Order: sequence, then C-alpha cells, then structure tokens
Amino acid sequence: MEFFERFAIPHPSPAIYASMVAIALVTIGIIAGLTYFKKWGYLWREWLTTVDHKKIGIMYLISALLMLFRGGVDAIMMRAQLSVPDAELLDAQHYNEIFTTHGVVMIIFMAMPFIFAFMNLLVPLQIGARDVAFPRLNALSFWLFFAGAMLFNISFVIGGSPDAGWTSYFPLAGNDFSQHVGTNYYMIAIQISGIGSLMTGINMCTTILKMRAPGMTLMKMPMFTWSAFIANLIIVFAFPVLTVALLMGTTDRLFATNFFTSDNGGMDMLWANFFWIWGHPEVYILILPAFGLYSEIIPTFSRRNLYGYKPMVWSMVLISFLSFLVWTHHFFTMGQGALTNSIFSITTMAIAVPTGVKIFNWLFTMYKGKIRFTVPMLYSVAFIPLFTVGGVTGVMLAMSAADYQYHNTMFLVAHFHNTIIPGVVFAMLAGLTYYWPKFFGFMLNEKIGKWAFWSLTIGFVLAFFPMYITGLDGQARRMYTYSEATGFGPLNMVSFIGAAIMAIGFVLILWNVFYSFKNSSREIGSDPWDARSLEWATHTPIPEYNFARLPHVNSSEAFWDAKMNGHQLFRGEYEEIHMPSSSGVPFIMGMIFFVAGFSFVFSLWIPAVIALLGIFFCMALRSFEKDDGYHISVEEIKETERKLGGAK
Amino acid sequence: MKIDHSQPLEYSTHQNQLNILGFWIFLGAEIMLFGTLFMGYFTLEGRTGAGPTPAQIFEITPVLIETFVLLTSSFTIGLGIHAMRLGRKNAMLSFFAITLLLGLVFLGVEIYEFMHYYHVGATYQTSAFTAALLTTLGTHGAHVTLGLFWGLFIILQVKKRGLTPQTANKSFIFSLYWHFLDVVWIFIFSFIYLKGMM
Amino acid sequence: MKKKWAFLSSMLAFVLVLAGCEPLMVLDPKGPQAAQQASDIMLSIGIMSFIVIAVLTILVVILFKYRASNQPDDYEPPHIEGNKWVEALCIGIPVLIVAFLSFMSVKSNYIVESAPVGYENEEPLVVYASSSNWKWHFSYPEEGIETVNYLYIPTDRPLEFKLYSFGPITSFWIPQLGGQKYAMADMVTTLHLGADEPGEYVGRNANFSGKGFAENTFNVTAMSQTEFDEWVQEVHEKAEPLTEEKFDELLEPGHLGQMTFTGTHLEFSPAPEHTHNDVSEEGNDSEEESDHSGH
Repeated sequence: MEFFERFAIPHPSPAIYASMVAIALVTIGIIAGLTYFKKWGYLWREWLTTVDHKKIGIMYLISALLMLFRGGVDAIMMRAQLSVPDAELLDAQHYNEIFTTHGVVMIIFMAMPFIFAFMNLLVPLQIGARDVAFPRLNALSFWLFFAGAMLFNISFVIGGSPDAGWTSYFPLAGNDFSQHVGTNYYMIAIQISGIGSLMTGINMCTTILKMRAPGMTLMKMPMFTWSAFIANLIIVFAFPVLTVALLMGTTDRLFATNFFTSDNGGMDMLWANFFWIWGHPEVYILILPAFGLYSEIIPTFSRRNLYGYKPMVWSMVLISFLSFLVWTHHFFTMGQGALTNSIFSITTMAIAVPTGVKIFNWLFTMYKGKIRFTVPMLYSVAFIPLFTVGGVTGVMLAMSAADYQYHNTMFLVAHFHNTIIPGVVFAMLAGLTYYWPKFFGFMLNEKIGKWAFWSLTIGFVLAFFPMYITGLDGQARRMYTYSEATGFGPLNMVSFIGAAIMAIGFVLILWNVFYSFKNSSREIGSDPWDARSLEWATHTPIPEYNFARLPHVNSSEAFWDAKMNGHQLFRGEYEEIHMPSSSGVPFIMGMIFFVAGFSFVFSLWIPAVIALLGIFFCMALRSFEKDDGYHISVEEIKETERKLGGAK
Repeated sequence: MKIDHSQPLEYSTHQNQLNILGFWIFLGAEIMLFGTLFMGYFTLEGRTGAGPTPAQIFEITPVLIETFVLLTSSFTIGLGIHAMRLGRKNAMLSFFAITLLLGLVFLGVEIYEFMHYYHVGATYQTSAFTAALLTTLGTHGAHVTLGLFWGLFIILQVKKRGLTPQTANKSFIFSLYWHFLDVVWIFIFSFIYLKGMM
Repeated sequence: MKKKWAFLSSMLAFVLVLAGCEPLMVLDPKGPQAAQQASDIMLSIGIMSFIVIAVLTILVVILFKYRASNQPDDYEPPHIEGNKWVEALCIGIPVLIVAFLSFMSVKSNYIVESAPVGYENEEPLVVYASSSNWKWHFSYPEEGIETVNYLYIPTDRPLEFKLYSFGPITSFWIPQLGGQKYAMADMVTTLHLGADEPGEYVGRNANFSGKGFAENTFNVTAMSQTEFDEWVQEVHEKAEPLTEEKFDELLEPGHLGQMTFTGTHLEFSPAPEHTHNDVSEEGNDSEEESDHSGH
C-alpha cells in the first residue's frame, strides 16, 4: 500500500477526480473505437510507424490543438478565479498548479509542436525535397515530444502537478519548498521533449542546407523556410542550455545535490540565468516561424511579392543573434547594478529595430497590392497593430529603471501575451486556415472562420489590454486572489469576459473543421488561394514523394513565376524515387522514454534502469540495422501522377 | 543509391553527406552543452560550502594518465581513418580497437578518480562545487562510455560488411565524435584541473 | 473594419473611465525614485503611442486604398524589390527612437540605483528587510527595533533597504515609493527609496513564492522624522525583546499579523555576507553560508 501512496494526489478536488474519470472514459472509448472499427492496423501502419514529414506534421498539429485546449481550460479557470475579488473557485495550491501548467503547456507543448507542425509540413515542400534529411530521426523527435507531453499531462491525476511557475525558480522549486513530485514532472517531461526539439533542430538545419531544389540558392528560399532555418539554428544553440539546467534541477531534486539550493554553496540565481539564456531565444524560436507564415500569407493575399526580401532575412539573422544577448532583462530586479542593467537594457531595445523593419516591410508588401480579406489575411492584418502594441510595451519593459515597476505585474503578463497571441497563435491559426486545403483537400468555411477571427481578436483585446492598467495599479502576477479594496475587480471581470469570448473563438474553429469536413467541396485544385511559393506547385493530395520531378527554381517565388512568367518548373524525364521505409522503433522508443521519465519522477530506480537499457538497446538496434529504404518505379510515379490529374 | 566515386568513401552518397553535416551541427549543440556545464562550473567553483576546495581534492597523476591516454586515442583514431581512406580494413580495425582500449583505460582511471573523491569526502551532495565538478566530468565520462559501445558496434559492422559507403560514413562520424571528446577534455584539463590545482 | 475600430475606441473610453476613478498606483508616486520611474513610464508611453498610431494609420490607409474591391479586375500589382531610401528610413527612425530611449534608460538606471535626490545631506535610514514564508521582517539595526509585516519610515530622508530572504526568492515592492528588487537567500541586495509625503502605502512581495504568496503584503506608514523618533521611543518602552527562539517560531511558514520587538534578529542570525559584487568576482572564500538560511 505504501508503494501506491506516492501516486496519490497531494491536494485533490472534485474537478481532479472528474478529470480522472473523463481521462479513463476517453481512453476506453478510443481503445474500444479502434477495436470496433478494426483500425489498429491502420493506425500502426499509417501513423505510428510513419516517417513521412507530412504525416508527422499532421500529428504535431493534432497534438498542438489538443494541448491548446488543455492550456486554454487552465486559462479560463484562472480568469474565472480572478474575475471577482476574494473568489473561492480555486484555492491557492490549485491556482499555482494551474498557472504553472498553463505556461508550460502553452509554450512547450502547444506553441512548439505548432511551429514544428508547419516546419514539417512546409519546409520539404518549399525547398522541393522529398522528405527531411533524417526521416527516422524526425519521427523520433515527434514521439519524444509526445512522450514528454503525455508525461506532463498525467501529472495532475498522478502525484500532483508542478506548482512553482513555468519559470520554476529555485529554491521555490527545490525539495525544501516544493515537496510533492510535481516539479519532477516539470524537469523530466520538458527534458524529454527538449531532446526531441534539439533533434528536430539538427534535422531541419541539415535539410535546409543540403536538400534544396536545383537553382534554389539561400537567398531564393521562401521566407518561411528562412524563418524555419533561423529558428532551428537557435534551437541547436539554445536547447542544450536548457538540457543542462534541467539536468541540474533534476539532480537537485532526486539526488540532493546543491546546484540551486540555499545550502552548501548552491546558487539560486544560476537557475534563473540558465533558464533565461534558453528562455529568451525560445520566444524567438516561436515568433520567427510565425513571422515566416505571415510573410507567406501577406504576399499571397496582396497579390504582390514580399517587399524587402533581403532586409527581412537580415533582420531575422540579427534578431537571432541578439536573442542570446538579452536574457538578463528577465530579472533586472535581481540587483546586478546599474551598469549590467544598462547594457542589457540597450541590447533589448536594439531588437526593436530589426523587428520594426519587418513590420514596415509587411506594410509595404500590401502597398499597391490587391488585398483580399480572407481569414488568413484577417489574422495577418490584425497581427500588425496588435503585435506593434506588444512590441512597444516590450521596449517599455526594456527600460530597466521603469521595469522595477512593471516586473512581476500584470503589465508584464499583458505584454507577453500581447506578443505571443497575435504573434504566434494568430500566425498558427492563419497558417492552419491557409494550408488546410493543401493537406486535407478541402477549404475551411470562410464565414465561420471570420466569426472565429472576430471572437478571438475582440476577446484578446478585452482579456489582455485591461491587464496593462491593473499592472500599473499594482496587481502582481500569480496572485490567486485579491481583496476588494485593491479595486482590481472590474478590470479583471473584463479580462474574464474577454477570455470567455476567446474560448468561443476556439470552439468556433473546431466547429469549422467539423462543418467544413462535412460540407466543403473537394474540387479545389492544387492552388486554391492563387499562391506564390513552391509548396503549391505539387498536387493535392500531395503524393508521398512530394514532387515527381524535382522543381527547377529561379527565384523565391518560383511557382508564381511559373504561373505568370512562363518559368518552367518541372523538366526532364521521370526517374526512380528513393524513399525511406517506415519504422516502429521511434514510437517504441518514445514509449520507453515515457516509462523512463515516469520512473524517474517517482524515483522508481529498477524500472528506470530497465527503461534506460531499453533505450540503449533501441539505439544499438538502429546502429546494426541495414535500412536502404525502397524505390518507387517510374511506372508507379506515372500512374500516381495520372490519377492526381496531370503530370507535374 | 547513387555513389559518387570522386569523393572519399564516407562522403560518397548524398545521405552520407547529410549525415556528416548533421553530425557537425550536433557537435555545435554539444559545444553549447559543455559550454553551459563549464559556465556552471566556473560560477560554482568557489562555492564549496563546508566541503573541500578544488586544490584539496585534485590529484595530478590520474589526471595526467587520463590526458595522455585520451590524447593518444585521438591520434590512433586519426590513424584509423587514414587507413580507412587507403582502403586498408585490417589496419583500420586495429587502430579502432586500440582507440577503444585507450578509452577503456581512460574510463577506468576516471572511475578510480571518482572513488578517490568519494573517499576524501567530495561526494555528489557535498557542495555546489562538487556537484558541478562531478556533473561536468560525469557528462564527459558518459559520452566516452557511450562512445565505447558505439565504436564497438562499428568495428563489428566493418568486420562483417567490409568498407562500404555506409560503414565508412559511420566510422568517420564516430571519429569526429571521439576527437570532439578529446577537445572537451583539453578544456577540462586546462580550466578545471590545472586552474584548480594552481 | 469600421465596426472593429468603433468597438475598440468605445472599449478604450470604458477603460479610461474605470481607471479614472483613482490614479494608478505606479503613476501616483510619493517619492523621488517612484517619480523618476513614473516620468520614464509616461515618456515611453508617449513615444510608443506615437509609433502605434503611426503604424495603425499607415495600415488603415493601405488596407482602405489597396483592397481588391477598390480596384479594377484587371489590375495587376507591380513587382517591387525594395527601395534604399525607404529602408534607410525604416531603420533610421527606430534607431533614433531606441537610441534616445536607451539614453534615458541608462540615465534613470544610475538615478534609481543611488540614494534618492533631494535630501542627500540627510543620513540614510538603513532597514534590513528579510522575507520568510510568507512574512516580512524589518530590522532597524541603528534603532534596535524589529517589526513584522509593517514598516514605519521617516519622510524626506534617504531609505536604504537591505534585502534578503529566508526561503524562496521574493521581491520587495512599495509601488508608490519606487520599483521592486529581489530578496534572495544567499546575498543581500540594496534598494534605495525615499518618501516625500506622510501617508499609508501598500507594500508586497511581488515575486511568486508559493501558497501564501497572495497575502504576502505589508503596510508602510511614512511620517515626519520627529514622529518616527517618538515611535522608536515608544517601541523601546513597550515592546518585548526578540529572542532567538521567538524568531525561529516566526520563521515557520504561515501568516502573522503585525508584530513589534526590540532588538533585531541580525544579532543572532546575521544577514548573508555576499553582495552582488562578491559573487561576480567569484569569491573563493569558503565561508559557511548556510547558517542563516533558516531550514
């Protein structure tokens, strides 16, 4: 019995018990459904063992949407608790757990897979490649992310959720002040998915550097590919820092070392430094691909080329470089003194310059254009002013003396949501709507899409703009409640209403998927938006080999040139195509990682060691494996191309 | 699989070139990993709490043996790759075997060193300094251990399958890895041991 | 589009009405440091509003003018690569703004990091403010007084707070007197504040520190130097001395009301010896740092 006690929730509530039942029911439902419809084989062959970048992208997409739902429920609960003074919907402990998981889920398990989804779906198509450089590694990346996400999400029903904030500052996150296993989950789940992210970074960089279609020089890559390249480069250099920080945090918690403790020389500030040396580049890992998506969408719906291609590229390079030099601005108030604060204040503000260049270039892309207000374009248009507000409040926060007043307040919360939601989330939703027909063969309904857009935009403004004001009025972040005397009540109620409207927007998006699946036309051709870059040059649905013949590229908008200026994209005869074969090993490794992670969380050393040996066994297996993939013959290609309607 | 005979064997297919570039990028990440460990170590070096200081626990002899052995192994794996380029499979295998043996000696001495630390009261839990030291050394040691298995697998594969573009590619990448561990050790030797003993 | 802007402006008006009831705390400074920060904030809000309005105007004009429904069917937008001068302008103007703000920022940094201007010739009052879960302990070493969860300060005199923590990182913040600073377990940070007007101010821990964080507040009363001296006198007459046992009891996690003692805990449990400079100079001293960490 004592053995099982560790799995108990330290601080249960009816909501958690209800979730347990719900999780059990959904799991049983899925298993029963798969069995009833005899889909196990399909699931295994087509999805669990796939190494196809398009399918992996779709799996990332589904996971991201699931996690968006999870993080969104957290958000609604928080806003509800704060909507009136002295509310008792949640107690302090639950509130602490909820804002912690909200942050982690949204950043690591929602935004990251969302950008990985688009990188996987688009990068090989945009550069005219058959797949990524290491397809099997790509599958492993996904399953590690998935294992990490599942591990993190079971925390609230087994053993308790982390409750030290998504930044998990020590010593609060150490054993002295955070006694249940929650923070172990944080350390280990993020570690596992972080390894996956790192591998994606290596994979994508190699792909983009080495697998571009003939004629595509670096300066002729579509802008999303550029943004993906820079983001992945940042991943390669930033994630190892997180790996080490999490490793140290884990040993502090599990093996009583003294990296970040208050005893025996431990240094709590070291965690904060490491965390933000990773954490600040991380926000650019998220925002740059979002910029990339806007740079695809705005030209398409302005019917114009992207203004200032070169400055766009250089600004991203500069941003990525500066992103490593600003981490201290997350703790100006740690007492480093005026000199250090001044230096980091200046580097931080400097980022506004390249970002401003991008904003102006998007504006000038629309100049003399022919603007169509489709759903993706609406998100992009709303993004520009809203993100500008987020950006300029960032400059305000960068003034370190004034930051002493903004730090740890709702002003800061408003700022970063103001960059992340119009920046990243709107980009993802715009990208989702824009690329949906390419990957699923039908368009999402424009009318429902517009309703969703307006709900999200209005909801966003209502939810977050009041926080700027309450922040300046002294409302600290992460307080589970406040008294009536503070006067924060009315504006927090406005925030709650805004959050509820946003929730309606997200539900509308789901409804749109369902509605369009049932009602939308399947006869949309391969280029429904009249787009410009290479991913639209192949068929819909996309054949597994992407391009029957590799495209020849002359500019960053090769497909547009082909449509308008008679550039010949596909030349020569068909040749046999080499494809990587599917493998179950990445999925199995992901599951073993899950077991290993779970065992570490609860210090169950025997299963942990067995699982680690299992991981090494899988790696050894891979080393000895002779896998040459398979070939698609010319006849098969011709047959497929004919079926999809004409050779390409 | 198109094989380009104008290139050395390990570069001769497109996938091989991808593998090598990918591994270089991985090494970039590894540099950040060890860089972070070093940053942590330098920050915590003086924070010894009630435990011993670096000068009190470092011993020169095992460190010199480790350094000598690892540097030599880096040289022998270089010879192994040279032999591979010349197509001399047996010579290459011998050099790889010697490399792994030297790696094994390194690991043995490192285990002895860790036991010494344990006996003089510098355990993982003693202080921030010992935790940073043992984590940095341990991460390097874990890399060496993994390398020993990896190298062994490669030897077995070359033995069984001969020098093909695939096996040559794996061997070459393994040699990059091994050289990298050597470079890391040079930093450990200079900035942890020598600096600590002075 | 119109609907949106109408809606937004009505929202803004609504918010301003709400906010107009009382001035926002940060923008209602009662001391020189807070005044400096408030003026920085207002300045940056001004410049930033200008930028936002400029971007918004350009956007609205472009959207209105170049929307597809406003153009002939056969209109084909031109291919424009970019223009040196436009780009120079797009870089130049932000660079100027950022340079100006950087200059202002650096200047203010040195102001808020040194003793408040206006009463330099006064001797500063030194208060050790240490936090424990979830309380604040204020030690007045020169006066030989210690209070819990409330702070009496003289006006028109520099205040030098020495901050540290008996637990998680906390942040000492009195919005109307000036911005916050962290209190940490292994070093002492210094926060310079000052109060111009007598009155009651709210102070709190602004950095999340666990379950009791929301209620981790304290009251600040600013008064004239004479009144302050009278209060010190009164405490010495009436309050109990702070013993080590009593202090250990106080450190137990939980919430306490306001308390007053004579003597300070610094006598038996001194503040950490590190300051930020020691640490960055990588102090090789191996002194025992844990004896005051409180657990």
